[in-house]
Amino acid sequence: MSTDTPDVTADDAPSRAELAARIEELEESLAEATGEDDTKKMSIIATKGTLDMAYPPLILASTAAAFGYEVNVFHTFWGLDILHEERSKNLKLSSVGNPNMPVPNAVAALPGMDRVTTKMMEKKIADNDTATIEELIEMSLDMGVEFQACQMTIELMDYDENDFYDGVTTGVGAATALQDMADADIQLLV
Amino acid sequence: MSAEFDITETLDVKGASCPMPVVKTKNATDDLESGEVLEVLSTDSGSMSDIDGWASGTEGVELLDQVEDGDVYKHYVRKTE
Repeated sequence: MSTDTPDVTADDAPSRAELAARIEELEESLAEATGEDDTKKMSIIATKGTLDMAYPPLILASTAAAFGYEVNVFHTFWGLDILHEERSKNLKLSSVGNPNMPVPNAVAALPGMDRVTTKMMEKKIADNDTATIEELIEMSLDMGVEFQACQMTIELMDYDENDFYDGVTTGVGAATALQDMADADIQLLV
Repeated sequence: MSAEFDITETLDVKGASCPMPVVKTKNATDDLESGEVLEVLSTDSGSMSDIDGWASGTEGVELLDQVEDGDVYKHYVRKTE
């Protein structure tokens, strides 16, 4: 005799209470596996170190922190200069290669022109009460933003781990960044 | 909408521009108790949209009102939890 349907009246069938307990248990492990926690995450890779390109990652990082995001910013290549305590105060703006600049490229390429355009930009930043790079970093660190300095490029650029702002994480590489990106709700390359 | 709430604290971020109005508003609400109201004074015209966006995207705060008063944008944020 074929009995494809299990005999629900058998003595060893689980009781309704046992089934309910089992469902609850499964729901809990499902929530654990999928939900983890509700905290949203953002991962930014910062690769540029010019004055204009230092702002977007810092503004987004501090704003995301204000939204309650857990934020990781991985700084590599010229992006390291943003975290470099001394160099971050002297980031330059290039006048070459930007057609929106008020001077033609041929003039912009003259010696000293980067200094002129940087001074112009710094004056605008001061006049406009725009936060400085240093202010944005300190503010972000206070809000729990994790700034990471790529170890490979620290060595490539001949920087020392002590050159960076207090609170900056060193000794991390691409695998850390990749893991952060995989876990994040928002991933950006700047 | 008239002000039908008591202001607990006032945050003056006049002069500051993006992202400081939002960031400082967030930090100021951290110091409030549930139910208390923060008044934010800003001269950044972007703060109208930014603080609205921040409040709707953030748990535990509620934007009660936004008023444009001459050059000053006033925001009223209640902490809800």
